[in-house]
Amino acid sequence: MHVSRWISSSISAATYILGTTARLLSLLLAVSILSFCLVSAAPFDPVTAFIGPEAVISPEQKAAIAAHWGLYDPPPLRYVAWLNNVLHGDMGISLIYRQPVTEILLERALASLALMGLAWALSGILGFVMGVVCGVFKGSVFDKITKTCALALSVAPTFWLALLALMVFSVFLQWFPMGMAVPAGKLAGDVTLADRLWHLILPALVLSVSGVANVTLHTREKMVTALASNYANFARARSESRWQLVRRHGLRNVALPALTLQFASFAELFGGSVLAEQVFSYPGLGSAVTAAGLRGDIPLLLGIALVSALFVFSGNVIANVLYGLIDPRIRESAKPFRPKQKKLPDTSSTSPLPNTPDTSSSPVSLPSPLPPVIALKPTGYHRRPGGCSHD
Amino acid sequence: MTERPNSFALDNRAELHGADTYTRVFAINKRTRTLILLAFFCFLIAAVMIAGFVMDPQAYGPNYDLKRQMPSLNHLFGTDYLGRDMLARTIKGLSLSMTIGLVASLVSAGIAVVLGIASATLGGITDRFVNWAVDLAMGIPHLVLMILISFMMGRGLTGVVVAVAITHWPSLTRVIRAEVLQLRGEPYVKVAQALGHGSLWIGARHILPHVLPQFLVGLILLFPHAILHEAALTFLGFGLPFDQPAIGSILSEAMKHLSTGMWWLAFFPGLSLLIVVLLFKALGENLALLTNPHSFHT
Repeated sequence: MHVSRWISSSISAATYILGTTARLLSLLLAVSILSFCLVSAAPFDPVTAFIGPEAVISPEQKAAIAAHWGLYDPPPLRYVAWLNNVLHGDMGISLIYRQPVTEILLERALASLALMGLAWALSGILGFVMGVVCGVFKGSVFDKITKTCALALSVAPTFWLALLALMVFSVFLQWFPMGMAVPAGKLAGDVTLADRLWHLILPALVLSVSGVANVTLHTREKMVTALASNYANFARARSESRWQLVRRHGLRNVALPALTLQFASFAELFGGSVLAEQVFSYPGLGSAVTAAGLRGDIPLLLGIALVSALFVFSGNVIANVLYGLIDPRIRESAKPFRPKQKKLPDTSSTSPLPNTPDTSSSPVSLPSPLPPVIALKPTGYHRRPGGCSHD
Repeated sequence: MTERPNSFALDNRAELHGADTYTRVFAINKRTRTLILLAFFCFLIAAVMIAGFVMDPQAYGPNYDLKRQMPSLNHLFGTDYLGRDMLARTIKGLSLSMTIGLVASLVSAGIAVVLGIASATLGGITDRFVNWAVDLAMGIPHLVLMILISFMMGRGLTGVVVAVAITHWPSLTRVIRAEVLQLRGEPYVKVAQALGHGSLWIGARHILPHVLPQFLVGLILLFPHAILHEAALTFLGFGLPFDQPAIGSILSEAMKHLSTGMWWLAFFPGLSLLIVVLLFKALGENLALLTNPHSFHT
């Protein structure tokens, strides 16, 4: 019994991962085609971007360079050539940095990952803790203040917050340096880890603000719902203490959607890092994409578009896989090709959860600033669109 | 609504009681209060937009006698290094941003309605394609996608407008698709089908009236995103030239003068942007409350 269940669940996991990978690849291919079309249609001359606006060369030489780069070939041919090179690890040479794009991407991705990773961890931990406290003490002064601040900060423009932070902490208080990733005028060999961290803190704090606000609001909402549910009421009737109630019925139900949301927020995180890096002159992918876009560096722009899409997709895939891995209810019900079923299989005797609240978002929910996770929701759990809701 | 009403929750009872006394004191119900609030928000937004349009260019032009003034009664937001009044520049910039936001959300909402309804009613390969397109558009970070589009359009005002306008449809498409799918399963639609009414008749009589409020709310809630993204693109330098006052370019100029300690250059314009965004959000959420009467009873 257990063995067969294990086999069937590993088969379902395998099909699930294969399907997700296929979907990921098709989307990545589409991203590459889309971004290639967009940059090819741009009215910028890559030859001029390469030689610089001041350099004087004859039109014949220009044409020779263009012909050498294959700019006169039809776009589909150029796309295939580019894709072929990318698959062989050659993304071309950046027109403004005069370095292979792969090298720039590697170097800047590390800097960006440090920044985004710190901000991501901060927003997840801080947001979750604050959301839980707010949800448990709903209506208290702390809850009211936090909720108001979070509502305002969740839409505050990152670049404005970054400017304010620089002004307060770097110009007036002089606690932190004015941007950059390392101290100016210091040799690369002399830069210590402490230097880097010191330069990282302020940008990461700013970048985490909207994440903290969003996670706080979301966690609070879920916590309030969980604590107002029938099973929480029943637990109260059994005279469970507040802490027991939160630990047994609150945290378990709140942690999972928060974690999923956290992984699904990679796109927002990347967008925020573009703005924060611009203000703090932080040498990451974000400031590179701005420079590439402003100065017509097509190979770099394409490379960053691909890398950022890969980043976002991997976040979504992790969110989906985690959803299946962590949630015992979905683990139980995720059987391959199960026919349509109205209700969950009743496995409550083995399930650690006393009840199964509806974690699906309402179909009439308003567009949230966070992008929903890409499809592939676990079957049999979420409300299936099209089904009659009056059951 | 998926949440079950729960009459046993102590919190709810306390809340109801609070609302009750509140209503008695003011003698107007929550619906009327929401309506008044809505009207007030609309008035504020319209005032800023019109003020920006009819403003004399002199008002936000340079005045070299009044350089680098701290915020005072004459210049509430202070003046910059050219003696330009920041309040006038902010209002002008906000009205421009709001116009772009209006165009962008109208276009995006239009795309979302067409795609959402097509996906829900045609089903099959159309549905799969639309879902795939939504995933694709959400897969690239929004800002990077907008940079690519604005790059394709050769930057400038048109680049920003197009980039903001054609990238905000995915979330609303999902909402409308889900809504239409749910409506199609409702008993009255089934009855209408059984009575032999055509799909156009059903669409006009049963589907559209239910989707319309969702659409309106979604349209208004697209506004804040569109405005923020316009400001972000302009801030990065993809948008308007610097002499055109837009919130993004004002802030990006303020960034260059950051070390001089003129804090008011960045603080007030950004704060106004935040307030406008919050106003639009409140507008959309209040409208959602009005169009969905059930939400008052839970």
